[in-house]
Amino acid sequence: MVDIAERAPRERGSLLTNPLARSIFIQATLLVLVIGAGWYFYENARANLAAQRIATGLGFWNNTAGFGISQTLIPYSETSTYGRAFVVGLLNTLLVAGLGIVFATALGFLVGVARLSKNWLIAKVAEVYVEVIRNLPLLFQILFWYLAVLSTLPSPRQSFSFFGLAFVNNRGLVVPEPIFNEGSGAVGIAFLAGLALAVIVRYWARARQMRTGQIYPAGRTALALIFGLPLLVYLVLGAPIRFDLPELKGLNFSTGLRIIPEFIALLLALSTYTAAFIAEIVRAGILAVNKGQTEAAYSLGLPPGLTLRLVVVPQALRVIIPPLTSQYLNLTKNSSLAVAIGYPDFFALFAGTTLNQTGQAIEIIALTMAVYLAISLITSGLMNFYNRRVALVER
Amino acid sequence: MSDIAAEAGIGPFVRRELLAANLPPPAKRGLIGWAREHLISGPFNITMTILSVLLILLIVPPLVRFMLIDAVWTGDNREACVNASGACWPFVKAKFGQFIYGFYPIAERWRPNAVFALGALLLAPLLIPRAPFKRLNAILFFGVFPIVAFVLLTGGNFSLFQFIIGRIVPLAYFVGPPWEIMGLTASFWLDYLISSVLIVSLTAAIAHFLGGNPRAVARMASLLLFLLGLALLACDFDFGLVPVETPAWGGLLVTLVVAVTGIVVSLPLGILLALGRRSELPAVKAFSIVFIEFWRGVPLITVLFFATYMLPLFLPGGLSINGLLRALIGVALFAAAYMAEVVRGGLQAIPKGQYEGAAALGLGYWQTMGQVVLPQALTLVIPGIVNTFIGLFKDTTLVLIVAIFDFLGQIRAAFTDPNWSTSTTLFTGFAFGAVVYFIFCFSMSRYSMFVERRLSAGKRH
Repeated sequence: MVDIAERAPRERGSLLTNPLARSIFIQATLLVLVIGAGWYFYENARANLAAQRIATGLGFWNNTAGFGISQTLIPYSETSTYGRAFVVGLLNTLLVAGLGIVFATALGFLVGVARLSKNWLIAKVAEVYVEVIRNLPLLFQILFWYLAVLSTLPSPRQSFSFFGLAFVNNRGLVVPEPIFNEGSGAVGIAFLAGLALAVIVRYWARARQMRTGQIYPAGRTALALIFGLPLLVYLVLGAPIRFDLPELKGLNFSTGLRIIPEFIALLLALSTYTAAFIAEIVRAGILAVNKGQTEAAYSLGLPPGLTLRLVVVPQALRVIIPPLTSQYLNLTKNSSLAVAIGYPDFFALFAGTTLNQTGQAIEIIALTMAVYLAISLITSGLMNFYNRRVALVER
Repeated sequence: MSDIAAEAGIGPFVRRELLAANLPPPAKRGLIGWAREHLISGPFNITMTILSVLLILLIVPPLVRFMLIDAVWTGDNREACVNASGACWPFVKAKFGQFIYGFYPIAERWRPNAVFALGALLLAPLLIPRAPFKRLNAILFFGVFPIVAFVLLTGGNFSLFQFIIGRIVPLAYFVGPPWEIMGLTASFWLDYLISSVLIVSLTAAIAHFLGGNPRAVARMASLLLFLLGLALLACDFDFGLVPVETPAWGGLLVTLVVAVTGIVVSLPLGILLALGRRSELPAVKAFSIVFIEFWRGVPLITVLFFATYMLPLFLPGGLSINGLLRALIGVALFAAAYMAEVVRGGLQAIPKGQYEGAAALGLGYWQTMGQVVLPQALTLVIPGIVNTFIGLFKDTTLVLIVAIFDFLGQIRAAFTDPNWSTSTTLFTGFAFGAVVYFIFCFSMSRYSMFVERRLSAGKRH
């Protein structure tokens, strides 16, 4: 053996030590492995699908779904198609994720600031909240809210009432239902116009401040425009939007908008869970702003309110935004846990019911993954864009 | 100066009597001073204090009353708890075995217990920074422990028939009837020996042909095959254990099996992916990025559905994989992507000088990574790894959606038992689950913080 080693000393120019040859060899091996695995899976899938007589392709898309959905934002019936059910589910997912993001952000900022409060008691309360919520699995919390809290509420006849406006019972939350009469569209348009005007005012105010140094109260004007304009139109048109108050008739509520308990449980669990993570992000973000920044602002004569708004918050946001984005994405992805309690979200309707009925696992799961992937990539793309805008510009 | 003042007739101003003493500043020490500063320093602060007290009064007394004061502690069935307004602890006591082991046969429960004990015994010194023999300990925990646990939990004694050559040449035909000694199939081990010799000589020949070092290559191949052989031997050998099928597993056992397997598999995979993502080879880099971003972009539940419904279609028709194994594959792939990003963070924190220093010493890529970069990078990201593990531990609850009864699944299943259906059963189950999950996750997060503080000790002023 020693002879062999001596007879074949490692040469400098041998293929094994040549970086280029090595790089090509490694990459070619990887490529062959990936393509080989892909081909192997493809062939197996073809044989299995043929043996089990499972159809391929998206032919089921226009077939009648035949199942009911407990919450639909667009008209849907059992005779609608699978494609329609797909859209209904997607809208339900976006609804719970969108509302969840709003609530989680509000609660998270509140708790995050409370954790830094000088008040010892409230800081401790916030800390206990964060620690307890973060250390329990989300699915546990969803099941807790659904099984232990909402299902054990009284029946509709003994509902908890909130000043006769909203009622909570084991069949969900009943709130006043808005009835859109003629002219409601104008109120909506006024709202959008107010929004557009507010943006314009903000740009104009900034430009004027750059030019003359005078500050214009753009925030208050914007609020007045966004809420005042629709209110004005609403009053001028003689209140085109009415609210139908919930009314108990027999065993159930006949009027009013019923929000299903599955939605409430999911929304509660998602927002409180994510809020605990956001609170930590906010706390870290505020602590990351150097104390010298605040002191410097004070020595320039800036009052505390302006210091917070112009010096501390913009710098804290720079630290907060990237992890906040990933929390928003987590919340959206976690909304798929709806399947455990039967909230008709995208995942439950498509990868659950539709997969059960058609059996086309490959197409459906691939499509489901593609949708979540698209949501993730779009969100992180937008946030990266924003992040680049607020990022520190160094030389 | 004094002259001018004197001339002007006004002397230097000297105060003749003492000022009245100021009141002492409000005490900042002591209970009262502390309370003044932290609880009632202003109207806003007072409001906050009152709100907090109200919130605490709203939550804590009812909770204590439910868990302890009004709770029922003894009993054999629902009769004991049916009129109680507090927790029904006999329910937890009666279902305890189910919560921890699922439907693992009662006579065999010493096996999961042995696995728990062995795992704790190996994990504890691994977590204590000062404990010696870290390398040996890590090899035992990540290499030996999984195989021992696997054999103990399943019962081992798998019937292995063909290795590599046996798939081409019907060796069993030459050996004769499938006779076994102590559970070892003769035809398989004959196949294993022939295949090993062939593989070792083949790799050595290739190394020789390419101008490498055939002896080193042959040694490496033999070592790997020897370790593989040991693992297979452990699985094939008949230890006289009763086989326990995975559908009988459940409870905390499954939670821990999924979480620990996830971390043990995802750590090496994640390291490879992280290295791949920072590689200079475009194909390797692209593959790693696509793999990582794909798994990170989809929810875990879709991954579990993928593993449960889609994966079987991709494998040869006759091959059926165990339900738990499918979930494990899904969890491991998912965790590997997250682990890769954690490790990448550590790799990026290593200064360039370390790479250059290694290159100056003449170290190759794997030597640089293995001896210089990774030891530093992995130490840096221990808190990140622990945090990933906490996330994984919490995420294992999702397997209940694909009909594997983990700890939470068992709790939920126990609610449907009519023997224990009382109005407080639900809350009792959730209270018990919350305590168990909290103890696990909270202690892990404290450990992660402890390591973090220890790592940054050198950077503090």
